[in-house]
Amino acid sequence: MKQNDDALEIYKSIELDPHSLKDPGVAHVTVNENRVLSSNTVPGLDVAVKELGDGVDIKMSLADGTIVKNPVHLCFGVIPAEGVQRIVMDVDIGKNSRIVLFAHCSFPFAVNVRHIMDARINIGDGAEYSYFERHVHSDSGGVTVIPKAVITVGSGARFSTRFELLKGRVGEMDISYETFVREKGVVEMTALVNARGTDRVKISETSSLDGAHSRAVLTSKVAVRDDASAEVHNRIIAGAPYARGHVDCKEIVMDRGTATAVPIVDVRNAKAHVTHEAAVGSVDKKQLETLMSRGLSEEGASELIIQGLLS
Amino acid sequence: MNVLMEVKNLSLELGGKKILNGLSMELWESHVHAIVGTNGAGKSTLANTIMGLSGYREFEGEILFRGESLRGKDINDRAGMGITLGWQEPARYEGLKVIDFVLAPLIDKDRSAAEQALLTVGLKPEEYLYRAIDKTLSGGERKKVELASILAMKPKLAFLDEPDSGIDIESIERIFRAVKILKEHGTTVVFITHSLAVLKQADHAFLLCGGRIVDKGSVKHIRRYFEEECMPCECRDPDIRRGRNEAK
Repeated sequence: MKQNDDALEIYKSIELDPHSLKDPGVAHVTVNENRVLSSNTVPGLDVAVKELGDGVDIKMSLADGTIVKNPVHLCFGVIPAEGVQRIVMDVDIGKNSRIVLFAHCSFPFAVNVRHIMDARINIGDGAEYSYFERHVHSDSGGVTVIPKAVITVGSGARFSTRFELLKGRVGEMDISYETFVREKGVVEMTALVNARGTDRVKISETSSLDGAHSRAVLTSKVAVRDDASAEVHNRIIAGAPYARGHVDCKEIVMDRGTATAVPIVDVRNAKAHVTHEAAVGSVDKKQLETLMSRGLSEEGASELIIQGLLS
Repeated sequence: MNVLMEVKNLSLELGGKKILNGLSMELWESHVHAIVGTNGAGKSTLANTIMGLSGYREFEGEILFRGESLRGKDINDRAGMGITLGWQEPARYEGLKVIDFVLAPLIDKDRSAAEQALLTVGLKPEEYLYRAIDKTLSGGERKKVELASILAMKPKLAFLDEPDSGIDIESIERIFRAVKILKEHGTTVVFITHSLAVLKQADHAFLLCGGRIVDKGSVKHIRRYFEEECMPCECRDPDIRRGRNEAK
């Protein structure tokens, strides 16, 4: 009964209709702390979840040529105010297959919660793997999130990921994603974070373009307010001919917030081309004054601009 | 004519240079005024000062809106009184959607208000409502979106700085029609312009030169400065003439 309540609490916090998970065509895994509350899989997708002392170990494999029609939901939660959740993920995506995952990470009552993810993802040639990580935190700032992933993107494969904090305070966050991209592989990594209070954000995304004609776009958009701080280190290493990359860091700083953006462009092949763009500073004056000239307060105008940036 | 705004002996310096120099004018309710003049005459500075933009707030003289002084009021306070500004070069906003921008001034975020405003300026709502106001929109499209937001706001006084800039010939009639709608709703519109086509849409015009109004009257009266390349304005104002001679 308690497990059912916890599952419902997780679904409620992430605004996911639990009935949608009863559809046999929708694969999902729901985990509270280290307990698997519910799971389902679909043909071609194997998911094995092992409970650990402080989390879960997930092994996921998708057979070659499998197209998973509906997005897969990974619902990770820590419902109590205190706890640790360590997710170890080992993912193998078969050649020419396609899958979309929504990882919902919910810590709605957290006062002292640590969420650690350690993932190894192998995307086969010609496959597409999209991973959308959406967090719901408490307003206390008592969450520490440390997601780390090493991803290999096969020839002609595509990896896209987007990290968003939908509700609550960041707390402490240290994201580290590293991708190795083979010939004609494509990587798109986006992190959108709104930090306030005493939140601490560290984002480190690296893409190593090892194959000819491989491509990567790394985008980080962060707003820091109050006494929050953010550090963004995004790096593209282009070591193959016709590799193309772009690093884009944008940080809006308000109040006593601080931000650092370090886009690193490392080109090791004369036929490769990588660009970067970094902007750190206050809300653009013209944007602000335009919205204020429509009657919005300075705070309301800033909020709308930040919402747009992080949308 | 009911006076909506009275500007009395307005002066403003920017970077040690006097841009507005004892300017006085009256704006009338539900009228379309045009302010014309050469580059650097002070037209945009006047609009920015009335809107209260940063850097334009330390003025001498007085600006009265319905008899109330604007001195010390923030931009949003002035907007709350019913004053707004359409920028010559509208801002770009990464990620901010047209619908959110157009409805920003409204308490009731009624989608149909945004749709109607977009239609009026000639933008199809189904194509534009959910587009971001970023570099994917042309300058002309952003100009139309900005005018749509002013239509939605229904202000009492709207300054439109170069309303035809970046607007194609086919769309300009829609912009003029939108201005007529604003006027019908009781908005006083002030064009800041170099364009004879825009000037012709006004009911009344001012000629600005060297930071002061040197002539005013009907459009027919003021348009002759275009035809005579603005030379008479210099000749009419002895202070300006003297200043220019000294500069030479």
